[in-house]
Amino acid sequence: MKGAVLRKPGGFNDIYKHKPGADKDRTHYCPGCGHGILHKLIAEALEDLEITDRTIVISPVGCSVFAYYYFNTGNLQVPHGRAPAVATSVSRANPGSVVISYQGDGDLAAIGGNHILQAANRGENITVFFVNNAIYGMTGGQMAPTTLEGMKTTTTPYGRNPATDGYPMKVAEMLNSLYAPTFIARTSLHDIANIRKTRAAVRKALQYNMEKKGFSIVEVLSMCPSNWKLGAVESQNWIRDHMLEVYPLGTLRDRGAEVAPRVRPRPELDPARVRETLGLGEGSGVKLERPKETPVYPNPSVRIAGFGGQGVLSAGVVLANLGLEYGYNVSWLPSYGPEMRGGTANCSVKIQDGTIGDTEATKPHVLIALNRPSMEKFEPIVASGGTLIYNSTLIDVTPSRKDIRVLAVPITGLADELGNTKVQSMVAAGAFAAATGLFALDDIIRLLPSLYSGEAIVKLNEKAVKAGFDFVRGIKS
Amino acid sequence: MARKLMKGNYAAVYGAVLAGCEAYYGYPITPASEIAEAAAELFPKLGRTFLQAECETASINMVYGAAGCGKRVMTASSGPGISLKQEGLSYCAGSALPCVVVDVMRGGPGLGNIGPEQADYNQVVKGGGHGNYRVIVLAPNSCQEMCDLTMLAFELADKYRNPAFVLTDGVIGQMMESVEIPEPVASLPDKSSWAVKGDADTKNLINSIYLAHDELEAWNNRLLEKYRAIERDEVRFEEYRMEDAEYAVIGYGCISRVLRTVVDDAREKGVKIGLFRPISLFPFPKSAIASLPSRGIRKVLTVELSTGQLVDDVNLALGGRLISDFYGRVGGNVPSASEILGRISQLYGVKI
Amino acid sequence: MDGPRKYPFCEIDQEECKGCGLCVNACPAKVLEISSHLNSRGFHPSSYKGSGCLGCGTCFYSCPEPGAITVYLKDYVPEGV
Ligand SMILES: Cc1ncc(C[n+]2csc(CCOP(=O)(O)OP(=O)(O)O)c2C)c(N)n1
Ligand code: SF4
Ligand code: SF4
Ligand code: SF4
Repeated sequence: MKGAVLRKPGGFNDIYKHKPGADKDRTHYCPGCGHGILHKLIAEALEDLEITDRTIVISPVGCSVFAYYYFNTGNLQVPHGRAPAVATSVSRANPGSVVISYQGDGDLAAIGGNHILQAANRGENITVFFVNNAIYGMTGGQMAPTTLEGMKTTTTPYGRNPATDGYPMKVAEMLNSLYAPTFIARTSLHDIANIRKTRAAVRKALQYNMEKKGFSIVEVLSMCPSNWKLGAVESQNWIRDHMLEVYPLGTLRDRGAEVAPRVRPRPELDPARVRETLGLGEGSGVKLERPKETPVYPNPSVRIAGFGGQGVLSAGVVLANLGLEYGYNVSWLPSYGPEMRGGTANCSVKIQDGTIGDTEATKPHVLIALNRPSMEKFEPIVASGGTLIYNSTLIDVTPSRKDIRVLAVPITGLADELGNTKVQSMVAAGAFAAATGLFALDDIIRLLPSLYSGEAIVKLNEKAVKAGFDFVRGIKS
Repeated sequence: MARKLMKGNYAAVYGAVLAGCEAYYGYPITPASEIAEAAAELFPKLGRTFLQAECETASINMVYGAAGCGKRVMTASSGPGISLKQEGLSYCAGSALPCVVVDVMRGGPGLGNIGPEQADYNQVVKGGGHGNYRVIVLAPNSCQEMCDLTMLAFELADKYRNPAFVLTDGVIGQMMESVEIPEPVASLPDKSSWAVKGDADTKNLINSIYLAHDELEAWNNRLLEKYRAIERDEVRFEEYRMEDAEYAVIGYGCISRVLRTVVDDAREKGVKIGLFRPISLFPFPKSAIASLPSRGIRKVLTVELSTGQLVDDVNLALGGRLISDFYGRVGGNVPSASEILGRISQLYGVKI
Repeated sequence: MDGPRKYPFCEIDQEECKGCGLCVNACPAKVLEISSHLNSRGFHPSSYKGSGCLGCGTCFYSCPEPGAITVYLKDYVPEGV
């Protein structure tokens, strides 16, 4: 009959099979250690709430690094301080599970300080059991963020001095400054009344976890007789006499009744849905017949340069997109980084039938220069016999190269006449098409709706392409 | 099959989605941020998880958690972030967890700059965290490969229960190319024998602790066997115009694209030169490189965007039969084809 | 077990107990004591004096060892009875 006997709770493994050595029936904890009591309260709650079979416990680094020996649940052992990060993804991977992050005060408040804050702030569906024993247990008694003022540890041999070591960190209060957490309590293991309060807090936190009500944490003041160098009972008394005034007990927050369950989405893996979502229904990229006229450059490499904001990069994207639609291999390489921020930008576009090697147009067949510095910088590298289209609205010098074709096109002016200098990139694209014969005007216009949305915008860009195209054809004839 | 124009960074996310990656955990850093941005756009549309973590340490630990639960999961970053991820990667390797990390390398050390570099080679290819471990490293040189090799990375990660890297650089990440989009994977591997699922049947344990010295040594030996199998079965490389070559240039990633142009240009001048491009950096194509001298190669030039990292592995593979020459640029500079051709003619006295 | 058991009572696993004394200190009826004998792991285990248990569970919840203490409460009915 359940309830009529208090025995090792079902949340524990009968035999600690992962524990090395012969002692597979008892814990690795020191006599009188608070970890064991908290373990028992958790294991009992898992059994009573009937969640042992859907709980995942995250073991930290600290004395509870081996918590996975004991809990008859799914278990992950994780790097020092990172348990809240791991718990985050574990709970999202298994939204139906109860995920517990079990951590000591070095783990949670020192190395993992940011992780606990952020997980709490996201309101993750996890429960954190936080053992505050004011010391680093596992490594032999060094100072923790929670170490009391004046308290001697192996790294504060003269006592913790706030002037050099800071003050005891009040984690529950800190987390209570965040909006997201659902349940925050601090309890203690120093006597049976408080152990029972801890028991109630553990259950409440897990209950909210089962209901998917977000983040809950129980900070538990806990004995470390070994490193405090006290007996077990003396350690309980030490909590009562020294820790309580620094770490007041109580429920700091309980919003369980108000909080709506957090539902996580189910991942969609069906190939048909994936294809649809990525827009992969359109078949092969070869949609357009290439123009009848032989292009001036069969595999052109193009450089476009100007001020940032002149549409340099997007002009390149338009050309690359057009090339793609005609079934070419295309590449587009932007300048990026400080240069872009400093106000100049350039990109290289290659449009070829074969494999594209270097994607930088180091000897471009076509240079489109939208401002003077760009023309001065890139004119020298244009391939002999190449074409330089320069923006005669803004560039008041004429190019000096005699072995290339030079086309003066008032790109900014034409765009401005259309009422929007933003369409310079499309004017440039039109000019490029006319100058190279690589793309047909009608094809570009037909493609515009796939590149821009909104009828007015498409119409404006159509006019821009035409303006650039017609201007260059006007020069040619 | 659909073709799309897309950035390398975007293509990596396409590859991940197609490979059934269920979760992305990342932290922004140029020039890898578009990977996070693309994942933020695409993942939620398919009910998959995108989360911007508080830092790279958190994100790799989130990857550890999701991988431990048997999910296909990824993260991406660049040098400074990869340095932070090394702890978590060591745990992933030590717990035999499959996951995919994309490193879009930038200039270092320290904050360096955001220009392209290949200076993370050592910290990625050699297993940059603590302990004896290796990660699978694939080095794409096109947007197409960003997609394809990301998919392959998921497959190999699962096959070997090991982290896999896509090691790329700012150039490949930022540029756009036409990409033929492969079919989405139809089914994912069953990991219930080891993954933690939070149910009654799979009360598994994910862990990298082996207290007994002999046990840890045995585990290391098992990992070693795995790495040997990877070295035996997963070497990938590409050769270009190597058939009758007397000179070989070696490079991976963006620089291999420039080297392809170098080879074409030099061949036009009658120089018998070819390109050897490692695609897998771990496993490293040791024996293919070792055999270069016996195939008639007289000179080897390794070119990379670092002060000399890949070249060490090339020379180890060559085993003293030849010593590779080296040409490297850093700081965000990418050498042009003509710059490299100049170096070749200077080194080998050939007229180009 | 010799003779009919008087419920409630407390049973301490002499091997699992680490002799920390938390239960002894906490028991309101003072019916637990640290034994003079050593268990195989070198601890003086706690033990029940044999009578006077109130079935309050204090010792059970105060004990850090998962299986060291079993308390049979007043309404416990042994199997087969
Ligand atoms: C990255 C890293 N740094 C340091 C350590 C060493 N270390 C192990 S446990 C620990 C402190 C544990 O203290 P706490 O979290 O308070 O847990 P307790 O042992 O007191 O339960 C430290 C510093 C480690 N394992 N990993
Ligand atoms: S060192 Fe302290 S915290 Fe660690 S097991 Fe011993 S008593 Fe517990
Ligand atoms: S149940 Fe209560 S009365 Fe009985 S031994 Fe335990 S603490 Fe003492
Ligand atoms: S509390 Fe538990 S371990 Fe400690 S003496 Fe009592 S029975 Fe033994």
